[in-house]
Amino acid sequence: MGRPEDFAKYYYEDGADELFFQDVVASLYERNSLHEIITKTVKEIFIPITVGGGIRTITDIRNVLRAGADKVCINTAAINNPDFIRQASRMFGSSTIVVAIETIRQTDGRYLAYTDNGREYTGIEATEWAERVEELGAGEIVLTSVDRDGTGDGFDLDLVTKITRAASIPIIVHGGARDSSDILSVIRDGNADAVAVASILHYNYIKHHNSEKACSEEGNVEFLLSRKSFSKIQNTTLHEIKEFLQLNDISLRL
Amino acid sequence: MSDTNAVVIIDYQLGNLFSVYQACLHAGLHPMITSEKRDLLNAQAVILPGVGAFGDAMMTLKKLDLIEPLKTQVKKGVPFLGICLGMQLLFTESEEFGHYKGIGLIEGSILRFSEKDRNSMKIPQIGWNTVYHPDPNKWDGTPLATIEQNKFMYFVHSYYAKPEHSDLILTQTNYAGLEYCSAIHKENVIATQFHPEKSGEIGIKFYRNWAKMINEYYRSEG
Repeated sequence: MGRPEDFAKYYYEDGADELFFQDVVASLYERNSLHEIITKTVKEIFIPITVGGGIRTITDIRNVLRAGADKVCINTAAINNPDFIRQASRMFGSSTIVVAIETIRQTDGRYLAYTDNGREYTGIEATEWAERVEELGAGEIVLTSVDRDGTGDGFDLDLVTKITRAASIPIIVHGGARDSSDILSVIRDGNADAVAVASILHYNYIKHHNSEKACSEEGNVEFLLSRKSFSKIQNTTLHEIKEFLQLNDISLRL
Repeated sequence: MSDTNAVVIIDYQLGNLFSVYQACLHAGLHPMITSEKRDLLNAQAVILPGVGAFGDAMMTLKKLDLIEPLKTQVKKGVPFLGICLGMQLLFTESEEFGHYKGIGLIEGSILRFSEKDRNSMKIPQIGWNTVYHPDPNKWDGTPLATIEQNKFMYFVHSYYAKPEHSDLILTQTNYAGLEYCSAIHKENVIATQFHPEKSGEIGIKFYRNWAKMINEYYRSEG
């Protein structure tokens, strides 16, 4: 969609409380490119930065932190080897280790954890996994509903409530926001500690920055601008979302 | 000497010093990351950062032979900033995983947040919270001087400081109903539980104000 460091600066200036870099195709690229992006970003951005995607070893974690990240987010490696969470949180502190739980709702209503952005079935029940990662020393959970991600159908409140009840560490909810009122309801009714948004902001960013050539060279902007598959998603800005939440008595930094 | 503002950021192999370094640059300071005793003794200002465990940190500082030079610098009046674990280490003792002695520049102890007292409390506290002080004049001449009360700062911690003398409290923070000391000020020592280098533009303002204090200190020293 464009250069990550430009997005980062824009969101920082618009009031983001934390930035999350998720390299969804980590294995397809040289890892070093992500490290360069982080290092560039950290020079101008003074909020916490979490990096996920393709982190499999203690050395991977060390390298990402050394590049300037504050926390790392692990999914596949944690499921393949739960003890990796324990080792990593002992070594770097719980508050550095975030575990991503990506779920897909089954026809019987259960939520199962998946890896590789919903591509790989694990058979692990999401609430049990949430309890387990807390025991193993994870500091936070990023919970994604693969079914809802990018759809604008709203958050899956049933899933969020189940997970926030099961674990007592902070839960960052991601996937499905259509507008500010969805964000309000997942905080108020789902007890989410934080909300991660992408689609509802990215498209607004593209709209304002589509004249930048560098951007259009690097991403599929025409597809994004046509927004055919994202018609439910309301374009908004972080500032608008935060003002809306504050008006509704949510305590936040504005 | 006063034109260089060489700030030594003490590296004791814990945590991410990159943002502290960048924040110093943005504040017009000249930071240097080091674990050398000699650099520490030549510093015009000192930052003790830190994330991680109290006991390990004290052990590493001892191993690097940095505790005595650190005390020497503080006693000499060199501007000093402790951040997060770097604040906690200044206290007499901590109950983290047993019982540890700290550097002992500030009388008081480091206690663990307890979910037994407050069931809605998530530990660690990871996120944004406000800082305030009941006496608005308390922030005059400190890095918080131009910052409004109740602004949000970024916190990551499971333990908090309890100073013996409440007049050293620079800011307070309320977490799940527990009001605790989130920054202290004692002469040339400023220390914060929050991470100003992760607290957005307000945090950078904090660093700029601290840089101003350093300049004033060396101007008055001649």
